[in-house]
Amino acid sequence: MDEKRELLDLLLENARESTADLARQTELSEAAVEDRIDELESDGVVRGYQAVVDWDRTDRDHVEAEVELNVELDRETKYDDIAGRISKFSEVSSLKLISGDYDFAITVEGASMHEVSMFVSEQIAPIPEVTQTVTHFVMDTYKHRGIEFAGGDDDDRLSISP
Amino acid sequence: MRTADRVQQVPPSGIRRFFELAEEMDDVISLGVGEPDFSAPWAARSAAVHSLERGHTSYTANRGRRDLREAIADHVTRYDQEYDPDEEVLVTTGASEAVDLAMRALVNPGDAVAIQQPSYISYAPGVMFAGGEPLAVPARQENDFVLTYEDLDRAGAADAEALVLCYPNNPTGATASRTELAEIAEFVREHDLQVLADEIYAALTYDGDHASIATLPGMRERTVVFNGFSKAYAMTGMRLGYALGPADAVDAMNRIHQYTMLSAPTTSQYAAVEALRTCDDAVAEMRTQYNRRRRFVLSRFREMGLSCFEATGAFYAFPEAPYDDERFAEDLLEDQRVALVPGGVFGEGGDGHLRVSYATGMNDLKEAMNRIETFLDGQ
Repeated sequence: MDEKRELLDLLLENARESTADLARQTELSEAAVEDRIDELESDGVVRGYQAVVDWDRTDRDHVEAEVELNVELDRETKYDDIAGRISKFSEVSSLKLISGDYDFAITVEGASMHEVSMFVSEQIAPIPEVTQTVTHFVMDTYKHRGIEFAGGDDDDRLSISP
Repeated sequence: MRTADRVQQVPPSGIRRFFELAEEMDDVISLGVGEPDFSAPWAARSAAVHSLERGHTSYTANRGRRDLREAIADHVTRYDQEYDPDEEVLVTTGASEAVDLAMRALVNPGDAVAIQQPSYISYAPGVMFAGGEPLAVPARQENDFVLTYEDLDRAGAADAEALVLCYPNNPTGATASRTELAEIAEFVREHDLQVLADEIYAALTYDGDHASIATLPGMRERTVVFNGFSKAYAMTGMRLGYALGPADAVDAMNRIHQYTMLSAPTTSQYAAVEALRTCDDAVAEMRTQYNRRRRFVLSRFREMGLSCFEATGAFYAFPEAPYDDERFAEDLLEDQRVALVPGGVFGEGGDGHLRVSYATGMNDLKEAMNRIETFLDGQ
């Protein structure tokens, strides 16, 4: 068994799993589990642990937009340089360089459509290398990070069966 | 009405009483379920839906769709089983139908049929409905619940016509290695028994690949194998299984099947073709999840001091009950709302144990283990 891979799989399913329960499921000792996870973290494989939140079920206003960015590079400016500047904004929750019609796909989060629009027009669009932005507001989230947001399946099995 | 004697002589299943007890209570976590907690892989479900949309709602050939039989014959080569899809494969309404057909096709009235114990509860009634006489052959925990030559000999299986085996085993979770099966096969050949091998859990082994007794020397011609889609593909409700065996045996089984069932559910056959074609990864993922839970449950039992042999197949653990298994299971249900099945239900050698199914989500499994621990601490 690739111990780190197995631990990664388990943490991807439930990042709150206790060391003891990770140990029980892998037959590693608790100390070994701690060591492997320390290595995963210090090697930068595991970058963090977060909750998967369904904002529609909170009383907080939350708006998310997927924004397409086109940029123009020059001798001095590379994708990494532009990405470095954009990712500094706390409003940007994800930033990816992608293939296809545009260059960057970014996710912007805010409390209202107005706030998100203002952010894109005032902070992102004016960046000299940015030639075009297209903002898509998210209307509903059905699945996020492998978790379906629609109600869970009820267990309709008989409680005891042979 | 006047019901037949052969029905009256079969007692109602002991599992029924527990089911009724558990159903009366709220907030019960059940570790008593003998089927997967997953749904069938989406690709298989989708194929079933698609077949309905296209209007495929008629009967199929008695033996099952040919593409399915071919896919099955191809699939089982992973267990070194070689069967001709035209002559030696029969698609049935669940492996349960296959078991019933084999009993009726191979057992004459008065024939003794040896049955490995503890085991799934349907074999003995199946033998009785066929007019045969079940003979219990208990496997022992000291042999990790795998039958030995001596067990068979001591139980008088030498005089039986047939032997029913089930590995990976429900309820113990035991698997049998090739070497262990070879010892059983030796007895079987020596005493000219026929074998009914229920391999419905073949895809769920955790310490190496499944070994089939039918692949040992001199065994293919005297063995009918049962397998299906219920456990591996989480398709219990779709009721689809199959039998593999020598042409004459499959032909005899089909003789009954064509009159009593005509053909297995068509929609499910479409799902099954897709399952065999594309769902190996989904099965592997479920197996991975079961294996984690298996390790978890066995670790927790060790921590609680609950003695349990190392189950390596299916999705069951079979710990020893600290006192009478039936009373223990009732007390645990009453006190902590955790449902287990007392091992005695599964026949001789099962008493004194508890069947713990880990076909349950990790969160419930953790909570159930905590409750069992609390219960044991209070003893």
